[in-house]
Amino acid sequence: MTIEELNQTQADETARQQALDERIYCCTAAGCISCGAEGLRNAITEQVKSQGRLDKVEVCGTGCMGMCSRGPLVMAASGTALYGNVTPSDAPALASGNPLDRRPLADRQIDLNAPFFTQQVRIVLANSGRVDPEKLTDYIAAGGYQSLARALTELKPPEVIEEVKTSGLRGRGGAGYPTGLKWELVSKQISPTKYIVCNADEGDPGAFMDRSVLEGDPHRVLEGMAIAGYAVGAQQGYIYVRGEYGLAIQRLQTAIKQAEREHLLGSRILESGFGFRIDLRIGAGAFVCGEETALIASIEGKRGQPRQRPPYPPESGLWNQPTLINNVETFANIPPIIEKGGAWFASIGTPSSKGTKVFALAGKIANTGLIEVPMGTALRTILFDIGGGIPEGKFKAAQTGGPSGGCIPEQFLDTPVDYESLARIGSIMGSGGLIVMDNASCMVDVARFFMEFCMDESCGKCIPCRAGTVQMHDILRRMTLGDASEDDLAMLEELSGLLRETSLCGLGQTAPNPVMSTLRYFRQEYEAHIRERRCPAGHCRIEAGVPA
Amino acid sequence: MSVKTLEIDGKMLTGVAGETIFSVAWNKGIRIPRLCHIGGISDVGACRLCLVEIEGQKKLQASCLTPVEEGMVVHTDTPKLRAHRRLIVELLFAERNHICSVCVMNGDCELQELATELGIDHVRVRYQFPSLPVDLTHERFGLDHNRCILCTRCIRVCDEVEGAHTWDMLGRGTNSRVISDLGEPWGASDSCTSCGKCVQVCPTGALFAKGKAVGEMRKDRTFLKYIVTAREKKQWIE
Repeated sequence: MTIEELNQTQADETARQQALDERIYCCTAAGCISCGAEGLRNAITEQVKSQGRLDKVEVCGTGCMGMCSRGPLVMAASGTALYGNVTPSDAPALASGNPLDRRPLADRQIDLNAPFFTQQVRIVLANSGRVDPEKLTDYIAAGGYQSLARALTELKPPEVIEEVKTSGLRGRGGAGYPTGLKWELVSKQISPTKYIVCNADEGDPGAFMDRSVLEGDPHRVLEGMAIAGYAVGAQQGYIYVRGEYGLAIQRLQTAIKQAEREHLLGSRILESGFGFRIDLRIGAGAFVCGEETALIASIEGKRGQPRQRPPYPPESGLWNQPTLINNVETFANIPPIIEKGGAWFASIGTPSSKGTKVFALAGKIANTGLIEVPMGTALRTILFDIGGGIPEGKFKAAQTGGPSGGCIPEQFLDTPVDYESLARIGSIMGSGGLIVMDNASCMVDVARFFMEFCMDESCGKCIPCRAGTVQMHDILRRMTLGDASEDDLAMLEELSGLLRETSLCGLGQTAPNPVMSTLRYFRQEYEAHIRERRCPAGHCRIEAGVPA
Repeated sequence: MSVKTLEIDGKMLTGVAGETIFSVAWNKGIRIPRLCHIGGISDVGACRLCLVEIEGQKKLQASCLTPVEEGMVVHTDTPKLRAHRRLIVELLFAERNHICSVCVMNGDCELQELATELGIDHVRVRYQFPSLPVDLTHERFGLDHNRCILCTRCIRVCDEVEGAHTWDMLGRGTNSRVISDLGEPWGASDSCTSCGKCVQVCPTGALFAKGKAVGEMRKDRTFLKYIVTAREKKQWIE
């Protein structure tokens, strides 16, 4: 495909879509599929066929529409009417073009002017829910691959990097390292072989951002990676995606095949001199493989264990070559940055954190689902306006950053969500998992849950993490059973310090974070478990008569 | 070859570029504790006992993997480091079943020696008492998982010096276990050459020669130097 053909495809496909009476989008992301979206989509297609409107109505599967708690979701009338909890019996009504037929659905129509939609700014998720992830032409019609075309024809590699630096984009995997600087580091390495790696080993409990991006808009990630390859001088990219994400893997494979067929990947992209290949590497279920050095070891076919940094991957990464590793969401931000310019991106967000952030809302919240907000949005806005508040009971804490993050209590609800503010209150931005807890949640048990996760997922290489997480979990477990003493609490704090300061990799160093942040804000709960053998939240079952 | 001058524990020392803090310190008699390092094979920085404080750096660094740099000021024995080392060794004692009084290596064990140096007379964390097997299928040697600290010296020496790669690691986290070949009994291993290098580098009594009673086993820690010197300099000297 040449650039002229790309533009032609975009024009043709847009014209074709506009000539239709209606496009009906069925959410076919993992959440909706689990409540029957595939059958629903087939039922609607069948109905459209039987009503003889196949040439006028197109039924498409799309990525995540966000409001997962109301799935399966169907967006009718070309994206102006959203219905939740749709069942196959609603198919005739949806297939019919007559508004009267859709009356029974009225009570399940979701107000698109609700804060859930109006308070969001969708950059990464712009196409999610509006584009068929399995159709390349759909992505092209939405302006896809135009950024890659622009980079290849109008910009020199240093100019691409300059644009990313101007944007102020920071790594969305959690640590927040400035993306432009990382790209520059790799581009300055003198080596004939360099690699681009996309980290899609999203493993935090309750996090499904990267999964939704890959399932809903895989081409966007491919385009971002190809632009990165052009900018830093790499010809090969790998997407390291966890094996549990079967649908994401399948859609990525389809997307890579489609892009290669149209010369949007492979040698001579868009008839230019630049070539870039992308291959998938499937993870086998180890959380630690999301750590970049362990991820590299895993791609190389070795045991997935981290190693000492430096050298950092930009100097010596995959097969000892300079390697750029970015998260899925980071790459997904690249095409809009190149299309609209770094300055546009930098105008969104806060002075130190630019752009938007995708969050996965989970736990005790009304609107469970996937959202994207500008950096600096107050946690209160996210949880109560967009999230719709706590269904029953009272808000207690929000957990960000998964097992490496912390719990944020009520007094910090007005904290703007950006890298620095969250770090200041003892949590981290993390990759975007946001778990909400109400007053029925016991914070000691929450800490125990995350410590159990860290213990199970410790690779076992360094002693503090391997043996320390076991001891910390044991103490927390005994606390929830009413079998712990003040000495245990002191040891828990000493172990927290040990893990943070001496562990080999980031996972061990941050493993005590859930404990430390709950101790910081909910110490009285720990003390109640120990001194009074009582769980203030009424969650832990402490039997009377068992010696403390 | 450029020379780097640095200060370790108040002593002005020099090392060549690329040399680690650990090696410069030990050459001058500053004994930084270690369990996974042994001269002659690659370093992995896993035991975290050789962590040192470097002025101007927030994080503690593993001295076995950190090259010396001009003007570095390093502290290897501060109260904070001692506290961390103590707790790490306590964690090791609690992790498996280390009972010195019935061990062949009693009196010559690196773990025991380190515990004595750090003044550990009791362990403050709960013993895990895992149920672990002992592999006595090899004709001359034995492997007692109860005494293994997962330092991976055996794995590295077998792979890098002997070239057999008999040993490897199975499982993860606290379930990690050293295995021969693909988890077969050691005696049934096709790749093992019975050279005994793994036994000699093992810091504890996990790998031992058969026929030794309690406290009788002694290991030769210096043989690796001869092999590596012979390889690199073609001379049979230390």
